[in-house]
Order: sequence, then C-alpha cells, then structure tokens
Amino acid sequence: MAGFEIITNNLPVFAVVVPLIAGFLTPIVGWIDRRLPWYWVMLAMFVVLLITLSNLVTVINSGTIHYKLGGWDPPFGIEYVIDLLNGFVCLIIAFIGFMVSIYSVESVKKEVPGKTTQFYSVFLLLITGLMGMTITGDIFNFYVFLEISSLTAYALIAMGDRGDGVVASFNYLIMGTVAASFILLGIGYLYAVTGTLNMADMQNLLPSIYESKVVLAALAFFMAGFSIKVGLFPLHAWLPDAYTHAPSTASALIAGLMTKVGVYAMIRFMFCVFTPAFVIDVNMTEILTWAAALAIIVGSVLAIAQSDIKRMLAYSSISQIGYILLGFGLVNVIGITGGLLHIMNHALMKCALFLVAGAVFYKTDIRNIYQFQGLGKKMPVTTTVFLIAALSMIGVPGTVGFTSKWYLALGSIVADQWIFVAVILVSSLLNIVYFWRIFDNIWFGHPHEIENIKRDEAPLTMLIPMVILAILCVYFGFFSGYPIEHIFEPLAKTLLGLGGVP
Amino acid sequence: MTGIIDVVYAEYNYWIYVTLMMIGFYAMIAKKNLIKKVIGANIFQTAIFLFYVSLADITGGTAPILVGGHGGEHVEHAADVIYTNPVPHCLILTAIVVSVSTTAVALALIIRIYNEYGSLDEDVILAARKSLQPEFSEYARQKEVIDDGGI
Amino acid sequence: MVTEINSIIPLLAVLVSMLASVLILAFGKYPNIREGWTFVAAFIKFGLVISMLPLILKGNVVTYTVVEMFPNLPIAFKVDAFGILFAITSSFLWIFVSSYSIGYMRSLKEHAQTRYFFCFAIALSSAVGIAFSANLFTLFLFYELLTISTYPLVAHIETPEAISSGRKYLTYLMIAGVSLLFSILVVYHYTGTTEFSFAGIAGMDAIPQTTLVILFVTFMIGCAKAAFMPLHAWLPAAMIAPTPVSALLHAVAVVKAGVFTALRVILYVFGVDLIRDSGIWLYMAYFVSITIILASVYALMQDNLKKRLAYSTVSQLSYILLGAVLITPHGITGGMLHIPYHAFMKITLFMCAGALIVTARKENISEMNGIARQMPITMLAFTVGALGMIGMPPVGGYVTKWFLLLGAAELHSMILIAVLLVSAVLNAAYFFPVIYVAFFKKPDHELKYKEAPLTMLVPLVVTAIISIVIGIWPDAPGMFLDIVNIAVANVTGGI
Repeated sequence: MAGFEIITNNLPVFAVVVPLIAGFLTPIVGWIDRRLPWYWVMLAMFVVLLITLSNLVTVINSGTIHYKLGGWDPPFGIEYVIDLLNGFVCLIIAFIGFMVSIYSVESVKKEVPGKTTQFYSVFLLLITGLMGMTITGDIFNFYVFLEISSLTAYALIAMGDRGDGVVASFNYLIMGTVAASFILLGIGYLYAVTGTLNMADMQNLLPSIYESKVVLAALAFFMAGFSIKVGLFPLHAWLPDAYTHAPSTASALIAGLMTKVGVYAMIRFMFCVFTPAFVIDVNMTEILTWAAALAIIVGSVLAIAQSDIKRMLAYSSISQIGYILLGFGLVNVIGITGGLLHIMNHALMKCALFLVAGAVFYKTDIRNIYQFQGLGKKMPVTTTVFLIAALSMIGVPGTVGFTSKWYLALGSIVADQWIFVAVILVSSLLNIVYFWRIFDNIWFGHPHEIENIKRDEAPLTMLIPMVILAILCVYFGFFSGYPIEHIFEPLAKTLLGLGGVP
Repeated sequence: MTGIIDVVYAEYNYWIYVTLMMIGFYAMIAKKNLIKKVIGANIFQTAIFLFYVSLADITGGTAPILVGGHGGEHVEHAADVIYTNPVPHCLILTAIVVSVSTTAVALALIIRIYNEYGSLDEDVILAARKSLQPEFSEYARQKEVIDDGGI
Repeated sequence: MVTEINSIIPLLAVLVSMLASVLILAFGKYPNIREGWTFVAAFIKFGLVISMLPLILKGNVVTYTVVEMFPNLPIAFKVDAFGILFAITSSFLWIFVSSYSIGYMRSLKEHAQTRYFFCFAIALSSAVGIAFSANLFTLFLFYELLTISTYPLVAHIETPEAISSGRKYLTYLMIAGVSLLFSILVVYHYTGTTEFSFAGIAGMDAIPQTTLVILFVTFMIGCAKAAFMPLHAWLPAAMIAPTPVSALLHAVAVVKAGVFTALRVILYVFGVDLIRDSGIWLYMAYFVSITIILASVYALMQDNLKKRLAYSTVSQLSYILLGAVLITPHGITGGMLHIPYHAFMKITLFMCAGALIVTARKENISEMNGIARQMPITMLAFTVGALGMIGMPPVGGYVTKWFLLLGAAELHSMILIAVLLVSAVLNAAYFFPVIYVAFFKKPDHELKYKEAPLTMLVPLVVTAIISIVIGIWPDAPGMFLDIVNIAVANVTGGI
C-alpha cells in the first residue's frame, strides 16, 4: 500500500493542498452541473476536517509534527510545523468551514444568484489561505497565505449587498494592504538581522540581538499589521461594513475564522518568533491589554447603537476580539488559557449567530432587529439557537461564554489588574443590553398579532449546522474541564516557556 | 552637520524607501479618488520591494550565479567570489505577484463601484450611499418602528 | 461527625422539573396533558426532596458531584439541613401553586400558557439547585438560570409596561449576578476553593480587612434577589407578573433564593467567627434594620394590594438577614426559620390577592369595600396570613419573631429590639386596614357570594391551615424547627 503511505506521510500538507486543489477544480465541477459545487465543497471540507483531526491526534499522542516541504531541510526549505496550538486552530477552521459549507446551499442560491460556482471556488481558497497561515512554520510563506486569505475575503465580501458590499470590500482591501505591507516589512527587518525565515530558527537567533532597534521596529510593524487584521479597536473601521454587507454565508465564515486566525498569528509571532520575556519587557503586552480593554467596552457600546443585526454582531466581534487579546496580554497561564478558550468559544458562538442572522434574512428579508416581532413563533428552532448563542455571548454559566469569561477574569485578578476584571464584567452587562432587546422583539411582540403567525422554519440544511453549533456551545459550557486540563493549560504553559507538553 | 549627511548618504537606499513608502501611505489615506488610492498602495508596496532588494546587495558582490560553473574545473575559486544574497529577490518575486493580484482585485472592485455609483470620488460615493439609505440615526430608526406599532 | 452519603437523588430532584419543562413544551397544544406533567413533576420533586429528610435529620449530608466543569471547580450538590429547608419549602409549595396557576391562568384566559408553565418549571429547578449547591460556583449557575427563567414570567403580559418592568427586574438581577461572580472569583483567588463549609471557607481570614469588607459588600450586592434596600426596586416592579408568579417566585423561590444565598455567604463562606470578629455583623444589622422599618412605611402608602404585599416581603426578608447577622444561635434560628414560615404566610396572602383579581377583578384596596361578603373564605385565609405577618399567635409568625427577639436580647441591643417591635406595629398598621375594609365597610353595591374556582381556593386554604399548624406546634418532630436546629448546630459548632 505505497499509495496509502504517501497520504499518511504527507497528511500535514494535505490540510492545505486539499482545499487548494478542490478550489481550482470547483469551476469544472460547476460546469458539469450547477448543483454539484455544494456537494463538492462539503466533501472537500469533510476531508479537511478528517485530516486536521488526525493531525491533532498525532500531535497529542506523539508530539509536534515537523513536515519538510519538498524534502528541503529547514531553515532553507519551508517547514510546516503542527503543534498543539495550530493543530487546535486548524481543527476549528476545518470544523467551522464544514458547518458553514453545509449551511451555505440555500443562502448562497438566494444571495449570490448565478455565481454559486465562483462563490464556492473562492470559499475553498479562503480555507486554503487560513489553513496555510496557521500551519506554516515559515514566516514568508505565512505572508503569502495571509494574502491568499485576504484576497479571497475581498472577493467574498464584494459578492454581498449590491454597491455597499463592493465599497466595503474596497475599504477592507486598502486597510488589508496596509496591514499586509506592514507585516511584509516586519519580515524583511527580521530577515535582515537574522538571515533566516524559519520561525523556530528565528526564535533561537533573536535573543542575542534583542537590544537592536530593528527587532523592536519589526515587532511594532507586526503588531500594527495584525491589529488591523483582527480589527483591534482603534483600527477596526473596516470590519463592521465588511461583515454587514458580505453574503450571510461569507459573514459567518469570515467572522468565525478570519479574525481568529489573525489572533493566532499575533500570538504565534509574539510567543514563538519573539519570546514572552521580550514582549513583556518592551511593554507590548501592556499596550495590548489596554487596547483590548478599550475594544471590549467601545465594541459593546457601539453594538448597542446598531439596529442591523449583522452590524451589531460585527461590533460585538470587535469587543470579543478584545477578550481574546486581553487574555494573551495578561501573560499568565490562566489568562492565556482564557484567551485560547475564547478563540474556540467565540468561533462557535459568533458563527452560530451569523448563521441565524442569515437564516432569518433568508426567510424574511429582515435584518433590522426592531422588525423581529413574532419571530419566536415563526422560526422556533432558529430563534432558540440564537437564544443559546446569545446567552453564551453574555456569559451565562452553563455556556461556553462563561468558561472563558471566568478564566479571563480570574487571570486579571491573578495579574492584579482589577480594572480589567471590571471591564470584563461591565462588558457582559453591556452584552445583555444589546442582546436582550432582540429577545424582547423575538418573543414578546404583540400577543394578538402573534396568534396569526404560522410556523415557517428555515430549511434543514441551515438548521443542522446551527443546532450542532448551539449544542456544542452548551456541551463545552459544562464539559470543558478535560480540554482545559489536557490542551489549553499545557498549551498556555508552553507558550510562556514554563514547560508542559513539547 | 556633516555627521547627519554622512548617515543619510551611507544608507541612502533606506531613506529612499522610507520616503517612497510615506508617499504611498499618504496617497492611500488622504486621496479621495479610488484609483489614486490604488496607486498609493502600489507605491507603498514597491517601496518595500526596494527595501528587500537593496537589502540583498553586498558591496562588490556579483549575481548569485556560480562563477565558472559548467565544467567544474574552476569551482575551487568560487569561495573567493562575493555573491549577493539571492533569497530576498526570490521573496520579492512572490511579493510582486501578490501585489499585482491585489491591484487586479482592487481595479475590478473599482469598476463595479463605478458602475454602481457613476463616480470614483469617495465623497460622492459616500453621499450616494447615504441617499440610498435615508439618513436616520439608529435611535430615530428605532423610534420610527415603535411609532409604527412595534415593540 | 457528619457523614457524607453519596447519592444521585439531589441531581434527580433538580432535573425532574427540567425534564418536565421539555415535556410541557412538547405537549404545548394539549393543555390538560401539559398541566398533568407539571403536577407529576411537582409531586415527584417533593417526594425526592422529602426522601432525603430522614438522612439529614440524623445529621448526615448527601453529596453528589455532577461534573468537573473546570479543574478544581466541580458542579456539585451537597444537601445539608439548611439546604433541605429551602428545598422543602419551595418544592412543597410548588404543588399548591401548580393547582392555583391552572385555575388562575384559565380563568383569565391568559395567552402563552405553555411558555408560562415551561419557565415556571425551570425556575423551580433553579431554586432547588440553589438549595442543594455544594459550592458558590454551582450556586451561581442556578442563580443566573433563575434570573433568566423568571424574566419571561415577569414580562408575561407583554404590554410596554410589563416589558419595562421586566427590564428593570433584569437590570437589577443581572448587575447582582455580575457582582456575585466577581465575589466568587475573589474568594476562589484567595482560597482556591468555593465549597461551602460549616465553619466558613478556610483561608478567608487571610484576606486583608479592607478587601474583606469590599468583598462582603459585593457579595451583598450580589444577593440583590433578597430585595433589601436600596436594591429592592425590582420587587414591586415585578408585581406586574401573573399572581401565581408573584406568589411562588416573588414570595418564595426568587427572593428566598437571594436570602438563602446571603445566609450561605454569611454563615458558610465567611463563617460565624469571621463575621463576628471583623465587626461586619453590627453594620449589617443596622443596615437591614433600616430596610425593615422603611419598607413597612412604604407598604403603608400602597393602594395596590400586590404592591403592598411586595413591600411587606421586602421588610420581612430583612428579618431573615437580621437573624443571620445577629450571630447568636437564637438569632440564626429565627432567621432560618423565617424562610419557611414567611413563605407559607406570604404565599397565602398572595394567593388571596390573586383570587380577588380573578373573581372580583379588584386589585386596589380602596375598591374592596365589603369584599368579604362576596369571598368570605378567601378573606378569612387572608386574615390568617396577615395575623401571622404581624406576629400574633397562634399563626406561625410569632415563633420566628420570638427567636429574633431572643437573639437581639442576648446581644443587649435595645435598638434592634425596638426595630423589631416598631416593625410589628407597622405590620399591623398596613394589614388591619385591609381586613377592616374587607369585613366591615359597606360595599358600594350589593355583593353576592361568589368564590374563586376550587383549583385556587383549595391551595390557599391549605396553606392558611399549615400557617396555623406550624404556629401551634412548631416543635413537631421532623418539622422545620428540627431541621433548623441541626443547621444552627452545624454553623455554630453545636449548642
């Protein structure tokens, strides 16, 4: 079974190659029959999900995977490294991608009529870009994948609302180009002083020249670039428009994944290219925590002011990204555990919420939350999913949102930063404000009008992924003890260089 | 004063790239015309390419092609020859491809925008978008729904 | 000395109404089957709770760990005497209120009854969950669930007024939840555990004095469900809910959950010794005294009967808090005992108010001239409840007042004794006019005998009778006083 061995030996790279090739083949598949691309994408995403799952299992069982692309030894060749951190992020990408792909069929048919084939092609390329960013151990290869994911995201957003979508996409493009150029510049600086592009190699070489201003400038460029990419508060302007005007499927995918991978990259650079000690030493983590705290509050407050549900969720994303970065900025084990948890949790909740927004829009053409009256009777399953995901965003115990909130608040206490505890708690109150008015509209409309509303639920292809996400929101709300103990806490310790699993 | 001039002169390539980059950055942010923004982005990126390329240069270095290759009888002299660093060039080839793709996408978007709004001026587009969605503050919109008998 | 018995019964007791809520939802189209499930669940729940009573009376505790949510932070149940006291009270009264609800909701032809019964069942689960929580963490979980599940009940009628009352309710209780979460985090940070302990959590005394005081304050804000002033405003607002909700939830489950949490915090987290040594008890005692007096004065000014009862609840809840912070065994006994006693009396009063709304369509006291001629049984039950509130034998209320007075006397605090006496006078001042108006004033027009439906009448008569029984025979074996004595012995280290 030589063929089989080729596959098993090259599994790490297949996580990138499968969506890439599948993406390029999509037009052909769509040419055969216009209904086929959906099945094709689901198949591809399912394969990717299996691959990432197997990669993660391998990592847990036998440690970090080092894969040499084309057989060239690092630091000269490109190396793909899968450790716990990106193994776990890859799994999230594959899982959310799979869920969204199941969901997409009806929504895409309605919102991007006549362009489904192109949509799915770009969809898979976006997954390729995100996978590549996550999996690569080479800093320049990272840049290339970053641009792949950005370009595809521009394309997806431009397929959205007529006019608005294109303008949003263009604005995102300009901001994204600035961000990517900053990152490219940072890479150039680091290459100039170390002569290598391999992340692990770089981490070994850098400490001897930490006093160099070039290294500091590189760090600054990276942080600025990634801050734009993740939409950290003062640099978030592109995000609400982009999320609002993209097609619903794309919104769910981009909101669930793009910023998460951006955050992952930020962490990777902070902790695995530079060292935690250095990042703390130059006060970068402190700046990060304050920016994150601002983002949490401002994002929530702005979300309250919105009446378009997708725009509201976009602002809420800004605040949630703040949560994640706050956790990492605290640089203690508990805080980082919370940040890691929130990467997963926020992907689950926010994806579910955007899927609900898409399903409601699919059925009713309504995005204004003040017109949601009686929706509870019309779409009971969809609105229940919304309830669970929104309660999770608020951080009600028994949902995933609570677990990360607990860890983040505790991390702030351990770091003796009481103000951040207050920020986290106040923000959960603000979350209540902007989600509860939607609950009120959904379930507490005029009773006599509601009597006449008939049940008219979204199609099954939409319901299944939403329900799965909602169930996971609750499941991990109760049973996150095991993953925390065996994945997140060891991971946090590794990132801080305190030992734990390799 | 000569000190500063010396510093500038000794590393003039960096100064040029920084200047170019700032020009590009300015254009991206301050120009109202979308095409000019894209041009700005191109200048910005090209400046970074220049930085990479000048980084690779070593004084007195030659192109990174093995001197006296082919036959192999002179290879032992190869160690005496200074080569410029080939890696940044390769990297920048990739980056150029990326930059070109970005420009292509941007221009495609601009065509769509022009078809939609009939202008490339940011202010005009903004005004057009506003006129499409009547200018309600979110609060006013909410109030309106309430007056319609909502909530 | 205290043996721990591992048993799944606490979990079942909590889950039973959770399961029932699913069935209620599933059978939403068939009202009779739907309400059948409510009844079945109510009886099973009470059966499960009461089945643990013999073990508790022997001085044991029943424990069950459900799941380790985070490392070292399990969701766990531990049934001790104090917990079962609250659980018995709420699960027993659920049986009556279920019957009462059916009568009330059907008579008024209310909408969204499925939602109503669904949320009610979940709220009851949460209340029993709070009672059985083994640690602050589990308690917080059910505390939040209780807040959320009662919101639809408060906003039930869906008018703008109801929605805004609901928002007020939510605002107060969610801020409380956040404050409680903060306090739990701090406790966990300093002690590494959140598990209740009879002598208070070990390591609490290591917390610096200032932090300790702040912590106590945030804990008390967290217990805003106990409706002490100035965090009481949600309770009168919540009276917009259907009367069975006001009866069970806002006289028993929700507010008692707040008081219960406060007592858990004072006695089982801080511990008697720490509260006494840090001097917190004295400030807290004066603080709640203000509520006792002021709320009674507010009650005097209300014309709406339910609102008057609500303010009376505010005042009575602070009795319980006062008892706990008196720290003496008698004081604590009085405080704890007031939980079931007040529940029985106040639920009777509320059910009478609901019967008046359904049958006579009257909510305001000024409209109730001579109403006793129309509804003599209801008004008699009301009188029983009112006498209990004032503290007149033989209705139950005097027992707890006696213990509270003993506790205050042991401390030689004239002020606290005066507070208790003045409040009794005020209670009389706002209850007697109702009785007077109902029995002795001439009705505006001729009134015919017309009582509320039997599903409503029976429960309120039964609770009225029980209020008298627990007053005549408070020390019956296995009754509330027995349970309270064990609980008090636990926290004070034996009498």
